[in-house]
Amino acid sequence: MPNAYEYPKFDYIQSDEQKNDKIKRHCVVIIGAGPVGLTAALDFAVQGIKSIILDDNNTVSIGSRAVCYAKRPLEIWDKLGCAAPMVDKGVAWNVGKVFRDDEEIYKFDLLPEDDHKMPAFINLQQYYLEEYLVNRCGDFSDLIEIRWKSKVISLKNIGDFAILQVETPDGIYQIQSDWMVVCDGANSDSRNMMGLDFTGKFFQDRFLIADVIMKADFPPERWFWFNPPFHRGQSVLLHKQPENIWRIDFQLGWDCDPEEEKKHENVIPRLQEMLGKDVDFELEWVSVYQFACRRMENFRHGNVFFAGDSAHQVSPFGARGANTGVQDIDNLGWKLKLVVDGKAPESLLDSYNEERAFAADDNILNSTRSTDFISPKSEISKAFRDATLDLAKDYQFARPMVNSGRLSLPTPYIDSSLNTKDSDEFNSDISVGCNCPDAPIIKNGDDIWLLNILSGQFKILVFGDIAGDISLNMDNITYDVIVIGKDIIDEKGILTKRYDGKDGTVYLIRPDQHIAGRWRQFDRDKIYNAIMRATGNSPVGEI
Amino acid sequence: MPLNTNANIARIDDFYQELIDMHRDLSEAQSMNVNAKLILLLANHIGDNDILHDAIKIAKDDL
Repeated sequence: MPNAYEYPKFDYIQSDEQKNDKIKRHCVVIIGAGPVGLTAALDFAVQGIKSIILDDNNTVSIGSRAVCYAKRPLEIWDKLGCAAPMVDKGVAWNVGKVFRDDEEIYKFDLLPEDDHKMPAFINLQQYYLEEYLVNRCGDFSDLIEIRWKSKVISLKNIGDFAILQVETPDGIYQIQSDWMVVCDGANSDSRNMMGLDFTGKFFQDRFLIADVIMKADFPPERWFWFNPPFHRGQSVLLHKQPENIWRIDFQLGWDCDPEEEKKHENVIPRLQEMLGKDVDFELEWVSVYQFACRRMENFRHGNVFFAGDSAHQVSPFGARGANTGVQDIDNLGWKLKLVVDGKAPESLLDSYNEERAFAADDNILNSTRSTDFISPKSEISKAFRDATLDLAKDYQFARPMVNSGRLSLPTPYIDSSLNTKDSDEFNSDISVGCNCPDAPIIKNGDDIWLLNILSGQFKILVFGDIAGDISLNMDNITYDVIVIGKDIIDEKGILTKRYDGKDGTVYLIRPDQHIAGRWRQFDRDKIYNAIMRATGNSPVGEI
Repeated sequence: MPLNTNANIARIDDFYQELIDMHRDLSEAQSMNVNAKLILLLANHIGDNDILHDAIKIAKDDL
């Protein structure tokens, strides 16, 4: 066990139903208290849905594991009230250096875009992230119950509900649940218990990941090596985490012996060669991580939803694992709420698979491209990769071609069946299906952020003043109308610019802050129908 | 603007000779390297994904 972090031990408490030997039917059961499962419980709780999380362990992630969290998941956690400690603790790097053999070929500065509440990304050990999420779950003690040391040993979906057998230190008991969200990782036992496929191994690889405590100052930069002398034929990545801990990822390839590679006497000389003989460090944690690129055919199986790595797995380049898993939940939560409340047909839940499998394919594509650059699969592919690195040293144009992992960006649901396609002209970087970009605004005299007022329910964002009645005559789906210039002030003009807002422009925004439709005029019928479409209901006149 | 497939280089014989001379005394691996660099330099200069797409398509068409 590493020592830089004191691992919390969460109390195992025997559940009432096991104690009283009484089977209970729950609304939602979540399997796995990792970043995705904990986020699911918080998302449901914020909407007033009770859930139970089952986890076979009773602490947070052992080792730093997922260490890079991108803007979109931070925005989602901000909606759920827990991004602040993550951003406070996390570190960002802006300077990156690319090395080849024993030479630095170039360095870059990320220069993130201004005027977003959340940073482009932070580096943070997964154990801190999970600790903050567990703490936040504690604020919803009437809605979230985390059952530690509770291992699911069988799982059956029998149509209207699912039946689980759960093993605890007190034995085995049964739980029933209307809905299940499976977040138990790439080696998902639940998926195997349901006999479901996990296909599409495009490639597989292993990484040795090591946390190193630096005893002296070391620059907070991201260093990426192609074919370094201390690890020939492979790549190495070094980046900073909070508290003088640096994370080092050695690509191992598939033909190595992971147990041999993991031995400290083999890791330490390699680190010494990499960091320089005079750098004093301590090896904190080392682990071997293996992956394949694959996903489930369908993320929804009746009342059971798969989210995060249990549904899709990608290479670590670009930090797309936890980051995309959190967006799965953001997509599922509001839809499940509408269905549970009887405000949308169950078929709305199929759009969870439609939109998130599309995102998974996008992530697999991006991560496959990075992998093809880092580990070329043919002679000619290697020739182009090497030529790119040759040119990158002296010519700026080749540097963006160097692909050592692209920052995880949210996938726009461009062709989603929930979208109402543009019928008017817009000139902006965003389109229907995109997540809303943030912007600084003023509300009631306070400087706040747009995304902070775009959650909970559908929002209709109106640019300029609208005369007349703007109510939609909609009884079951709740929505807010926000008029820019009246309800909020866009003093800096950034909101108007990012959304190409003109007098009369209207955006319809889903509870997950994705754009469902937009128009140049406020047309009650069009907006009404767009809400119906975005909630899986039949639009009027289009049945 | 589509990919220009009409003759467009003023001193065509000079260019062709320079292209062949570029590879003189190179090993196959070196030739592959300079070809790759040349493609990347020219592709960046063209800069238009549609034109590059058309060129890639024509290059592979008759295989």
